Amino acid sequence: MKSILKPLLMVAAMAAGISSVTTLPAQATLELNVNKGNVEPMPIAIPDFQGGLGPQISEIVTADLKRSGLFAPIDKAAFVEKITNPDASPRYEDWKVINAQALVTGSVSKEADGRIRAQYRLWDIFGNQQLAGEQFFANDANQRRVAHIIADAIYEKITGEKGYFDTRVVFVDESGAKNARKKRLAIMDQDGANVRYLSDGRAIVLTPRFSPNRQEITYMSYESGQPKVYLLQIETGQRELVGNFPGMTFAPRFSPDGQKVIMSLLRDDGNSNIFAMDLRSRSTTRLTDSTAIDTSPSYSPDGSQVVFTSDRGGGSGRSQIYVMGGDGSNPHRISFGDGVYSTPVWSPRGDLIAFTKQSGGEFQIGVMKTDGSGERILSSGFQQEGPTWAPNGRVLMFFRDSGGGPKLVSVDLTGRNEQPIPTANYASDPAWSPLLE
Amino acid sequence: MGRIAALTRNPAMIALVAALAITGCASKKTPNSAADLGLNGAGAATPGSAQDFTVNIGDRIFFDTDSSSIRADAQTTLARQAQWLNQYRQYAIVIEGHADERGTREYNLALGARRAAATRDFLVSKGVSASRLKTISYGKERPVAVCDDISCWSQNRRAVTTLSGAGS
Repeated sequence: MKSILKPLLMVAAMAAGISSVTTLPAQATLELNVNKGNVEPMPIAIPDFQGGLGPQISEIVTADLKRSGLFAPIDKAAFVEKITNPDASPRYEDWKVINAQALVTGSVSKEADGRIRAQYRLWDIFGNQQLAGEQFFANDANQRRVAHIIADAIYEKITGEKGYFDTRVVFVDESGAKNARKKRLAIMDQDGANVRYLSDGRAIVLTPRFSPNRQEITYMSYESGQPKVYLLQIETGQRELVGNFPGMTFAPRFSPDGQKVIMSLLRDDGNSNIFAMDLRSRSTTRLTDSTAIDTSPSYSPDGSQVVFTSDRGGGSGRSQIYVMGGDGSNPHRISFGDGVYSTPVWSPRGDLIAFTKQSGGEFQIGVMKTDGSGERILSSGFQQEGPTWAPNGRVLMFFRDSGGGPKLVSVDLTGRNEQPIPTANYASDPAWSPLLE
Repeated sequence: MGRIAALTRNPAMIALVAALAITGCASKKTPNSAADLGLNGAGAATPGSAQDFTVNIGDRIFFDTDSSSIRADAQTTLARQAQWLNQYRQYAIVIEGHADERGTREYNLALGARRAAATRDFLVSKGVSASRLKTISYGKERPVAVCDDISCWSQNRRAVTTLSGAGS
C-alpha cells in the first residue's frame, strides 16, 4: 500500500528516447478553450496502446477524458488506420475522415527490473504534427496512476489547464439500514478504483478533508463518545485528537499551508463558533464569537479569508454564507438569494465559492463569486449536498440521496456534465485530494 | 405543526413513538410488539425504571423545522421528565439532540447540539441538577423514522432524554 503513495519515477518529454519526434512549431492548432460558455467536446481517437498491459492503460485514459466532458472519444470500430507503430507519424488523412481532431498512441512494456514503461504520443490531426510525447516508469502497483498521469498530460496540453485525474477522494462509506447506518472512512482514486478503508465502522465518522500537502486527513469521529475532530495519517494509520476542547468539535478543514485546522467548537449555550488551531504550536485562535451557529469554515487559497455558514442573521433566511478575514475580522454576509445556504467551499483557483442551497423543496449545488455575485446553480435534486473541488477548480463532487442512501456525483462548472462516481456501497462527504506527487 | 400535535394525540402514533423509544435506548426488555407496548404499556413498567420513564413519562420531545425552541407540548413533556428525574436521582442523564435530513450535515450537527442544550436548560430550570446532565448531538446521523416525507422528518427533529448510571 505504501508504495502507491510514493511518487512515480517520471521522465517527461523524452526527446532522445523516442524516435521521429517532430519539433513543435510555435503555433499549435489543437486547443480547447474551456473558458467559453459552451464547450463542444473534442473528438479524440485513442487506439489500444501496444503491449500486454497497453489496452488496460488506454482504457483508463479514455474513460478519464470522456468523464471530463471535454473530450468525445471516437468508437474504435470507426478507425481506418490500424496503429502498429505508436512512435511513427500516423496517416493523418485516415484520422481526418473520421473527424478525429486529436489522436493518442502509446505502448506499455515491462522492463528487465520489473517496472512497467508506458509512453504516449499526442497527435494534432488537422495540424499534421505531434503535440506531445512522454514516457513514464512505474512499479506494477501504480499502473492506474500512469494512465491517470497520461490523461492529465493530454488534458493539460489541449485545454491549457492542469488536469485532475491523478487524484484521490476520501469519503464516508455507508452501509446498513438508514436508522443504523455504518459509516467508515474510505479512500479511492477519483474514478472509484482502488478503494481502501481507513476506519472499521464501529464509530460514526464524518466530514473527512485532505491536507493540502501531506498524506493526512482531518475528520470528525464519535469514537470517544463525544464527537471530536481528529487527524489521521493515511499511510501509517496513526490518529490524533485535534485540541483539547471541552465540547463537540466538528466541521474541520485544513488551512492552505496545511499548518492549521479550522473548525467549529460547541459552546455551552448550544451555539457554535469557529476556531483555528496551529498544528505545530497547538495554539488556538477564536475567529467568531456569536450567539449563532457558525460552522463549515473554508479558507481562501491564500489563507487571508475564511468563508463560513452562519444563522446569525436570524429570520426566515436561516443559514447564510459569510466571509471574514483569516483573523476573524470584518465578517459580512455574501449570500442573498432566495433560500438557505450552507457548506461553502472556496475554489482552489480562488475565483469561486461552491455551496449547497436549499430552495423550493430542493437541494442545489452551485457556485458564486467571492463577493456573492454571479450565483449559478449547477445541479438540483431532492437531497444533495457537500461540494468538494477538483484541484483544478473546474469540477465539483458532492453526494446525492435519491432514496435509499447517498451516492457520489461529479459536475463540471458548466453544469452540463454530471457523472456518477461508482462506489460499492452508499457514499457521502467526498473530499478531493490535491494532484498527487 | 398543529398536525404533529394532532398525530401525537392519536393512540396508534403513541404506540409507534414508544416502540421506537425502547429500541432507541437499547432496553434489555424487548416488547413483543409496538401494539403491546402502546396498549398495555401504561402502568406495566416498574416505577422508577428506565422503561417507566420512556413509556409513562415520554423520553423525547419534538421541534419545529430548523428551530430549537421548546414547544408548548414539549414543555409539558419536559416538566413531567423533570418531576420524574427529581424523584429518581440515581440516574445520570444524556440528552441527545437530533435533526431531520432536510439540512446539511455540519449545520445539522450544530442544530442538534442547540436542541440538546435547550432541552438541558429547560430541565435545569425545572430543578434537575446540571451536574447530572450531559448533551450530545447526532445531527441527522441517527434518524428513527426512515422515509422521505414530512411525517418522518418531524419525528427525527427531536431531543431524547436517555438514562444511564442506574443504581450507581
